[in-house]
Amino acid sequence: MATAKRPETLGREELRRIIETCLSVEAKGLNPFLVNVEGLVSVIKQFFPNWSDPDELCLDAEALNQIASVIKMQSEWIKHRATSLYRDPFLVEEKLRSLPIESIAGIFENAWHPLVELEQVTMGSLEAALRYWTELTPLDERWRKENLLLTDVSPTSREELIKQGVLLSETFTTELEKLWEELKTFETNKEGKIGYWDFIGAETYDGTVKRAYLTSFLITYGYADLEVHPLEEEIFVRPYKEQVSKGNVATFSFPIPISFEEWNRWRQNRES
Amino acid sequence: MAAKPGILRRKAAHSLKMKRAVQLLFYKRHWEPGVKGWELRRRIGSDYPRVLDLLNDYLDRLGLAVKTVYEEEASPPQNPTLEQLDKAKFYVALKETQTAGEQKLVGWRIDDLAGLAVSLGYIISQGGKTPRKDVEDLLKEKLPGWRVDINLNRYLRTGYITEDENGLFYLGWRTRAEVDQRKFVDLLLEASETKKPVNAGDTVSPS
Repeated sequence: MATAKRPETLGREELRRIIETCLSVEAKGLNPFLVNVEGLVSVIKQFFPNWSDPDELCLDAEALNQIASVIKMQSEWIKHRATSLYRDPFLVEEKLRSLPIESIAGIFENAWHPLVELEQVTMGSLEAALRYWTELTPLDERWRKENLLLTDVSPTSREELIKQGVLLSETFTTELEKLWEELKTFETNKEGKIGYWDFIGAETYDGTVKRAYLTSFLITYGYADLEVHPLEEEIFVRPYKEQVSKGNVATFSFPIPISFEEWNRWRQNRES
Repeated sequence: MAAKPGILRRKAAHSLKMKRAVQLLFYKRHWEPGVKGWELRRRIGSDYPRVLDLLNDYLDRLGLAVKTVYEEEASPPQNPTLEQLDKAKFYVALKETQTAGEQKLVGWRIDDLAGLAVSLGYIISQGGKTPRKDVEDLLKEKLPGWRVDINLNRYLRTGYITEDENGLFYLGWRTRAEVDQRKFVDLLLEASETKKPVNAGDTVSPS
């Protein structure tokens, strides 16, 4: 003989059924008036005195919340019916089913204003595309570059740069002095500053890395100052006429990535 | 009498701004055509509504019109504020409706266009959203199943319809920009099943 379910078990099942009903109305886009809101609320009310466990109370609240969503859908449904756009869906559907396709297409054309959109190649865009193609490195090289990027990044030393031929040991000081002289004569803005990339940027990527490296020494040794505007993402170099002793001023390191992509972007900006 | 230099300067400035507006409106710069009001303001200046009015007058002679789609789609403002215009999207569309023979010019087969009309008509009649399956069933009454899939994907891709994760269809941005929904439903309801309600004398044949 089947035993009668306890009111708590029955109530939980009812609440879950209510939630599912409401969710399916929303998910399937059904007429929300198919839901008997009053009946569902009375079911919730009937079982409410049985709840004491927090999970059961949460289920009860969820059921109420879903009923509220259905009421909201009902309100939207009425609003839509009240608009001048509303036409009986059954009539429209009937027309769509019964009219020959040529007629439907003809009717649609009378209410259809296709957009005008053009696609055209211009001399300017061709030129830009060709420039891009010329500068685009072959795929195998790009992939090789990605592999290189995957290697661990570690600070480089002057010795390593000498070994790689970027710097020559005996000319380091001379080069530094030459660059300082150049920095002092460089065209500055009203505030006596120069854009970092405008100063270190060179015709080649290697040249740019070299200038960035030397500039870092100019700043460290007090021949110039670095001004960073983090919000504007701008970095400036300010030359000193004479070497400035840092004294007891706390110094800090500020890493600036000199990537190939960044250099390429700078070069394109400069050309445009 | 010769025009005053001030007027000539203003005319030249407006002419330049109209050219800029044409480039922005006609040429696709993003995935979708059209341009937002704030973008026009940035490129043309704060008097862009006036420039668009002038351009509209000019396009009118060519059978084209600047179409404005407001964010408040349900109740488009009669006298839009600058803020509403900034948020609106502007397109160039054909002003005149097409005759049945002309749809080939915009690259549509008659049954594809009818499928689109049925899909949109059905979604509109259901209050703007409906399950995909219902539209599929309706289309399958007159089109083979494989064609229904291809067509629905085309309507989705081109922006006439959008679909959510529950498989519900909604009207897409392109429908809002191109279709006079009220007129379409009214014409549909007025149509008689025996008489062809298209423009008299038009011949339509599936390509």
